[in-house]
Amino acid sequence: MPSTCPCLNEGCNCCIQVFNACIEFENQLALDSVSFAVPPGVLTGVVGPNGAGKSILFNALVGLQPLAHGKILINGCPPKNSKTKISYIPQKERVNWRFPLSVRDVVSLGTAASTSLLANIRITSRDNDLIEESLRKVDMWHKKDHLVSTLSGGQRQRTFIARALTQNADILILDEAFSGVDISSQEGMLQILRGLRDEGKTILVATHDLNTLAAKFDYVLCINRHICAYGKPELVFTKDVLIELYGSHSEMFTTHQIGQHTHVD
Amino acid sequence: MLIDAIIEPFQLTFMMRALVVCVLIGVMCPFLGAHVINREMGFMGDALAHSVLPGMVGATILGFSPLLGAIPTGIVVALTIGYIVKKSNVSNDTSIGIMFTALFAFGLVLLSLHGDEEIHVEDILLGQITTISNTDVLVTVFLALVTFAIMVLLHKQLVFVGFDYEGAVVAGLPASRIDYLLLALLSIVIVVSLQIVGIILVVGMLITPAAAASLIAKRFSSAIVLGIVFGVASGVVGLYMSYYFNVPSGPAIALTSTAIFTLSFLNRLRTT
Ligand SMILES: [Zn+2]
Ligand SMILES: [Zn+2]
Ligand SMILES: [Zn+2]
Repeated sequence: MPSTCPCLNEGCNCCIQVFNACIEFENQLALDSVSFAVPPGVLTGVVGPNGAGKSILFNALVGLQPLAHGKILINGCPPKNSKTKISYIPQKERVNWRFPLSVRDVVSLGTAASTSLLANIRITSRDNDLIEESLRKVDMWHKKDHLVSTLSGGQRQRTFIARALTQNADILILDEAFSGVDISSQEGMLQILRGLRDEGKTILVATHDLNTLAAKFDYVLCINRHICAYGKPELVFTKDVLIELYGSHSEMFTTHQIGQHTHVD
Repeated sequence: MLIDAIIEPFQLTFMMRALVVCVLIGVMCPFLGAHVINREMGFMGDALAHSVLPGMVGATILGFSPLLGAIPTGIVVALTIGYIVKKSNVSNDTSIGIMFTALFAFGLVLLSLHGDEEIHVEDILLGQITTISNTDVLVTVFLALVTFAIMVLLHKQLVFVGFDYEGAVVAGLPASRIDYLLLALLSIVIVVSLQIVGIILVVGMLITPAAAASLIAKRFSSAIVLGIVFGVASGVVGLYMSYYFNVPSGPAIALTSTAIFTLSFLNRLRTT
């Protein structure tokens, strides 16, 4: 484990550490030398325009996307062999809504990785309690028998958050969680996420729209193919940063050549 | 009188064997079919069915039952299709289409080169219940039991991977292996069904009862159960039709399941 965490604090306990990560995607540099660290128990917004590389960064954090170079550690381990339980809530376009699953069905999937095979035929009362508790926490218990495909955007997100809870995940990663969610439901979701943060969950939420929401995260990571700014929203959201973030980044990436990156660790 | 008409066909041993296989595929096809329709894998199923022809012909030439040749061929083709789907960025349909037509053509050439009157093209294409042997029945029972057990035990895992692949990977499920397993089971069920319904109509058995059930049942698990009821009904009714009207079993079963689908569709129109 490297001696200095990207947060630059001695003796920190950051659970997500990203060191000089470059990601190539479809022969383009999607992320250029990204370094940052996230301490446990915070709610971080990852903001940037469409195509800024937020989803690719998230995929890399959960081990779905390889790095061109650099490294990512989740509690000290590379994402693929990390023992930390992570729950990934993909953009709605990545989910196959044709499956006629009820809210309860989806939430019970959270136990699929941890329980024995027999649990498929004999649901224990412990599992039932866990599912009920998770659904109540996100205020979806009254909708438990509804089909997820018929729910609103906000209700779907809450269902997936409940699935993360039955999965007993410590880190929640939500891609574009607020898109297609109306303003009043956004506030409710934020409330739920804050509650989970207070219980010690580490939560990353990507969002491309910079309305009033972005200011309500503990930290914001502004990315547009590199990190434009990272910190508390009141310090980060300056006019200069926003112009930079949404401006053209075309003159970047002079040091990184696709496919032939020289390793410097 | 009616009782006689119901019992009569099954005093023939080949009809009894056909009944056993019919009930088993009536259970297995809609069970797998529920996943197939939600994952839009119907084309893959059709490709699988056509691709096993060389295996069936090869086994017959060597003096084995076509079923025994079709099983290994089906599994190899299923895993190859799985690999193509995972690795290719270009259209899967194109590569799968090329592969299955090539294998099907190769099977037809083998068939005509061999020129044995013991193998009839129509039997392989449309299903032939009179040639099912006791060994075929035993193999079918065994494979159906194994497939059924896996589908039940891994139900949640199969649903998770089909519904939200990336979420499943991150949750720690071996999603890629689960996809391959589903394809292997699909190939087994298709191959077993070929005996009764034949290569051309097997996809009908796979998707029609499952699709009919999905029009009526609200949830996935109840759609599976209802699909199985429809599948068994199609198989058994089709078998009687085949016996009394002297038509091939495959088309008789396919028409029965289509009738069930039509009724389900009309019922849906009425209720919505
Ligand atoms: Zn740190
Ligand atoms: Zn680089
Ligand atoms: Zn920038």
